[in-house]
Amino acid sequence: MLTFLVPRIATIVPTLVFVSMLIFGLQQLLPGDPAVVLAGEDRDPDVVAYLRQKLHLDEPLPVRYLYWIKGVVHGDFGESQRMQKPVLALIVEKLPVTLELAAMAILIALLIGIPAGIISAVRRNSAWDYAANVVALWGLSTPNFWLGIMLILLFSVTLGWLPASGFVSPFEDLRGNLAALIMPAFVLGNAIAAVLMRHTRSAMLQVLSSDYVRTARAKGLPERDVILKHALRNALIPVITLGALELGTLLSGAVLTEQVFTIPGFGKLIVDAVFNRDYAVVQGVVLFTATAYIVLNLFADIAYVIVNPQIRAQ
Amino acid sequence: MATAHRTVRLGIALGLAAGLAGAAHAQTLRIGLAEDPDVLDPTLARTFVGRVVFAALCDKLFDIDEKLNIVPQLATSYEWSADSKALTLKLRAGVTFHDGEKFDAAAAKFNIERHKTMAGSNRRGELALVTTVDVVDPGTVRLNLSAPFAPLLAQLADRAGMMVSPKAALADGDKFGAKPVCSGPFRFVERVAQDRIVLERYANYWNKGEIHVDKVIYLPIVDATVRLANLKSGQLDFIERMAASDVPGLKSDARFKISKITEIGYQGITINVGKSDLAQKNPLGRDPRVREAFELALDREGIVQVAMDGEAAVGNQWVAPDNPYYAKNVPIPKRDVARAKALLKEAGVPNPSFTLMTPTNTDQQKIAQVVQAMVKEAGFDMKIQSTEFATSLDMADKGQYDAYVLAWSGRADPDGNIFSFDACKQPLNYAGYCKPEVDDILNKSRTTRDAAERRKLFEQLAAIALKDRPIVYLYHRHWLWAYTNKLSGLRAVPDGLVRVQGLKFN
Amino acid sequence: MASLAAALPSPANPARGAPRAHPFRRLLRRRGAAVGLVIVVFFVLLALLAPAVSPYDPLATSWTAIRKAPNSAHWFGTDEIGRDVLSRVVWGTRASLLAGVVSVLISLSIGVPIGLIAGYAGGKVDMLISRLTDAVLACPFLILAIALAAFLGPSLTNAMIAIGVSATPVFVRLTRGQTMAIKAEDFILAARAIGNPPWRVALRHVLPNVVPALIVQGTLAIAAAVIAEASLSFLGLGQQPPAPSWGSMLNTAKNYVDNAPWMAVWPGLSIFVLVLSFNLVGDGLRDALDPRQT
Repeated sequence: MLTFLVPRIATIVPTLVFVSMLIFGLQQLLPGDPAVVLAGEDRDPDVVAYLRQKLHLDEPLPVRYLYWIKGVVHGDFGESQRMQKPVLALIVEKLPVTLELAAMAILIALLIGIPAGIISAVRRNSAWDYAANVVALWGLSTPNFWLGIMLILLFSVTLGWLPASGFVSPFEDLRGNLAALIMPAFVLGNAIAAVLMRHTRSAMLQVLSSDYVRTARAKGLPERDVILKHALRNALIPVITLGALELGTLLSGAVLTEQVFTIPGFGKLIVDAVFNRDYAVVQGVVLFTATAYIVLNLFADIAYVIVNPQIRAQ
Repeated sequence: MATAHRTVRLGIALGLAAGLAGAAHAQTLRIGLAEDPDVLDPTLARTFVGRVVFAALCDKLFDIDEKLNIVPQLATSYEWSADSKALTLKLRAGVTFHDGEKFDAAAAKFNIERHKTMAGSNRRGELALVTTVDVVDPGTVRLNLSAPFAPLLAQLADRAGMMVSPKAALADGDKFGAKPVCSGPFRFVERVAQDRIVLERYANYWNKGEIHVDKVIYLPIVDATVRLANLKSGQLDFIERMAASDVPGLKSDARFKISKITEIGYQGITINVGKSDLAQKNPLGRDPRVREAFELALDREGIVQVAMDGEAAVGNQWVAPDNPYYAKNVPIPKRDVARAKALLKEAGVPNPSFTLMTPTNTDQQKIAQVVQAMVKEAGFDMKIQSTEFATSLDMADKGQYDAYVLAWSGRADPDGNIFSFDACKQPLNYAGYCKPEVDDILNKSRTTRDAAERRKLFEQLAAIALKDRPIVYLYHRHWLWAYTNKLSGLRAVPDGLVRVQGLKFN
Repeated sequence: MASLAAALPSPANPARGAPRAHPFRRLLRRRGAAVGLVIVVFFVLLALLAPAVSPYDPLATSWTAIRKAPNSAHWFGTDEIGRDVLSRVVWGTRASLLAGVVSVLISLSIGVPIGLIAGYAGGKVDMLISRLTDAVLACPFLILAIALAAFLGPSLTNAMIAIGVSATPVFVRLTRGQTMAIKAEDFILAARAIGNPPWRVALRHVLPNVVPALIVQGTLAIAAAVIAEASLSFLGLGQQPPAPSWGSMLNTAKNYVDNAPWMAVWPGLSIFVLVLSFNLVGDGLRDALDPRQT
């Protein structure tokens, strides 16, 4: 195990260095002078000059990178020039929102994806299988910003059942919180449900043809027990580890979903920052999410190795 | 007699009931904003939408009324010296900041100096001509100017006239905007970036009789459709800048009211006439006749109908036709395609080709597409280049464009709509327009305070600049506010700010 | 990251398994895939024949027909400046198909050679390429695409480049994983033993065996790319006006969902159906080309 783990963890460092360079380079090379954008409507030349100096914009790119990375190493992600707030404070403020949205989305994905996967594996090639497949394909094929708009049109504008946008803290008003998040969570979750359904289906098919399921059946156990107790338990492990990798999808999805539903989370933070050339925010937030993604990937890998000893042998 | 008694008693009972209801659950006004405001420090602030929040948070020395008159707020009266180089202000007595500190001449002096000296101040330019501030007595302050400056009062009716608590400003330095302390009707409670700004009623506000709600929450919701959906579903009480296309639908809904007024800003097309070499390479930038043909090919009424659903006033100048400073000697030209064609022929370019740069914002893209279809009829081959806003500013600043769709939110004094755009080398002069006689007129209009005199100067200016066409002005949008019919007392002021004074729930 | 490679379909090895029907026939035998293929072909024809099929000029504005609901003259209604929505949907097919196919071709042309090199060379080269790939993969795909599209400037071509580049790491990883697996097979060892130079072994023997997996992934990636183009256009970073694309139509339509919902419904449905059919074809291909998965 250790021989697998140590080099695996060691790969994180160069990856993170590349990530930081990538984000920094992409951001800083964007056309448009951030000082001019930040100077607002009046674009007073004195203010522009002041901002250029404050943001080290006149210095060469590698120097600016070093300024930034030096801060990051010391726990200082810089400051949002637009909101005049430390990036770290923004991350702390937005993280719970996106986490809650993500958690709800995953919950919805599990509630749709796992049962659909089981049904389509157990009733393979039946109408149920096709129906589950349609659900999965639907999830993969709808552009989620469009689905969001359509849901707002139906549930907020026409029926008036749910708020069209915004976020309420669950500690303030739990009902309001759930009402505000249910549509965006569904929009995000239904794409992931599709992926989970597919993983569940193939894992279940594999498990169902395995020897011990055959043995369990031979012993005369009710089919229900065979599937739910024996097969599912074994099939879920790869599903969950593979599901963890969907975090990236979740974040990409959150970008537009948060935009459509005006949810003040990571996605909205990043997109607004890109368009406003608020470099420190984009760099800080993307570095943070990339790190989270890499770490989660590591966990998924470890979990995978634990359940799949053959890989360790390779 | 008996009925009269009963009416009185009923009135009292209703009043009591209303009072009790008000006390029972605090009244919150939730306002949907079209953008997320920037930093809430009047010295550093730079966006229009920030001013909407300041209207409830920070009182100014002066305010503007519906007719664009300068009216007292923290200053009760003013007096210019004979040479127009000193402005003496009488300050309102009994005003305190939200931290309990007193507002007096020393505080006013502190604020003007903060605007002028703080690093990164956006107010420095506005107060450039103010040299020193004298405390005459605790209730009187005098601003000394290096030269007469007519727009000063209008500047003091905006962010440059906002007064913050000196104690808090000194303590928080450049972090003041995170927890602003002013003297407006509402005090700052909290702000969650991109989500909400919460203000609560300030009990010791000097004009508290005008304040009828306990809390104001501003929620930035960029998408106009979503903003409206929130109003309709009751999540919001009030939205600013509703989409013009939604007006007919909402009008038929008795639960809501719409207020509107023509803005002090404008929507226009800036033409590169000298910002870079590109100006000479393009017939549009090179030849005033081609620009005239371009303007003649436009049907402004049509643009307003199509692009704005009729919710704008057509215009051809930096101020709207109903503004007292509108130059009547240059009326809105009528569309004349034949004349446009003739001009192009005369200029030797029957089919001039140029590119119109537009931000990726859908409203401005719509204008570009309508204009494209219109000028095509006169022979123009106009291409549209959508450019992300941040990039488009950069390209405009470098002169890498032929024409550019750009709006201006407007200032109360016409100087704020024209000086920085038409005077040589000014920061907003993306056209690269530069004429000594124009500069001369603009400077004169700044030094004279006499309205009639200034009007005459603006007419002279119009005769030159509107012929040179560094900017082709199209229209002046209507500010469109929609709100629940339970709300009353909204004052529609052309600067587009939402004044909370007088707003009340019935 | 071993897990992803493990999760991907294994290479179709011609040496293994009983003789089977031709993959294309197997593909058509799956009803979903056949339907998907028919729809894709339909959209391709629509894109090619757009000038003949669309009832109006997609750019022709009409000030008298602004946001008219669907009627007999305009089956899908008209848009905010009086253009025929049906004609714009038809012409928009070009942008969406082009974006889907070209961006995947870009991903393939960058990703496959890099993946082959990494997988075949191994060692330090592989290490470097893998870490770079991990780094790109760690940044959310759409954020990368948005940043790239903003960097290049908004246009359809740039959106395709942005999507193609952002999606490249998936292909690098896939090619690398497949290459590594195939490299150990006997017939490759044999090819090397008889003295073939490495580039030749890589191109002549390894690459053909990677192709089936690439076709499957590529088809599914087209589906994702069509959505990505729509997303970028939705943010104003894709196809630019007045030219139509489904994403940019939605970008405008979102301002009118309340009073002109047809502007949003048709382009949205078109994206859905096109993406769905690419997904169906992709699924069918996976089943047809990969013996292990059926």
